[in-house]
Amino acid sequence: MAIAEQHTSPQPAQASSAVEKTWHGIVLQTLKRNEISLVPYVPDRVLTPLIKSLHADPFFTTFATAREEEAVGIVSGAWMGGRRGAVLMQTSGFATLANVLASLAVPYQIPLIMFVSERGTLGEFNYGQSLVCRTMRPVLDSLALEHHTITRLDELEFIVDRSIKQAVTTQAPVALILNPLLTGGKVFDK
Amino acid sequence: MDARNTKVMNRFDVTSRLIAKLKDEEAVIGGIGNTNFDLWAAGHRPQNFYMLGSMGLAFPIALGVALAQPDRRVFALEGDGSLLMQLGALSTIATLKPKNLTMIVMDNGIYQITGAQPTPAADVADIVTIAAGSGLANSAWAADEEDFERLVDEAMSASEPSLIAVRIDDKPGVGTTRRDPVQIRERFMHGLGVREPL
Repeated sequence: MAIAEQHTSPQPAQASSAVEKTWHGIVLQTLKRNEISLVPYVPDRVLTPLIKSLHADPFFTTFATAREEEAVGIVSGAWMGGRRGAVLMQTSGFATLANVLASLAVPYQIPLIMFVSERGTLGEFNYGQSLVCRTMRPVLDSLALEHHTITRLDELEFIVDRSIKQAVTTQAPVALILNPLLTGGKVFDK
Repeated sequence: MDARNTKVMNRFDVTSRLIAKLKDEEAVIGGIGNTNFDLWAAGHRPQNFYMLGSMGLAFPIALGVALAQPDRRVFALEGDGSLLMQLGALSTIATLKPKNLTMIVMDNGIYQITGAQPTPAADVADIVTIAAGSGLANSAWAADEEDFERLVDEAMSASEPSLIAVRIDDKPGVGTTRRDPVQIRERFMHGLGVREPL
């Protein structure tokens, strides 16, 4: 971890505010620092604080799409037009993306940045969610796509910041999987 | 206007008429299959983007371009079968209201390229009614070629997104896009002024 600490990007000057110590505050600030301003999403309970703070910040153009592949099309077009974007989704939404990854993002070499709120593990209460979760990493691996499962707050900024930079410079998609160990996940409440 | 009163036109002819009107480096996104084959055949321009998959995403990709470059006019060409896969995108566009986006739907009621099977919408649904119901008030059928050109002219100065539906025949595309996705994407980015050639 010493190496990671050594290379972690400098914190912004106002870094001490409470919200920036949360996972969603760190994601927002890292998106902004990397000039990612277009963030379409299909919502997820766990992502709600991030979505709310994106809507509240005029730097971002953020909106819901009807399907995840629609959001992938939008950020792909925006990238080609010179504007950076990222897509927010849940595990089950990622499961709808194999075709667009294989026919648009990968062959056209588009730095598609995906944040996936991980359901289906560590306390999942819906069998279908746990099954669809198991399809995610095999799909990513079958296309040799870069992906990271983020479990720790202290590693979040490093992984997100470096992964965005790598996606842009290598013109390759990346999936950043937000694990319940990071976000708290969604738990059975009734 | 009822679709049945519209003239059955030809995709390549209509696409050529659109391209002939483009004088300001407008972006054009060609949907999968015959739609981009005819865009290619109408004369390659660096501002053309050709899809080789991701069926149904011509409008979302065009929306992304329109949001990235609000001062450039963006056209998207899509088949009726493709649009049926992504009808939700119409509402997304209606919500965001990019005034520089024009959507053109080539409607022949069939999946021409796979063997001319009728789409599920062929005999029962109306693309313009669907678009209007999705929130795109500025949606219309082109009655004939002259009307199509008039609608394109109107769209060029519209203050909201426009959708133009065209009844077309069952002919295949007249060209074949060179299937080189990286070059297509790179040329498009040059055409949009995002990058310089190496």
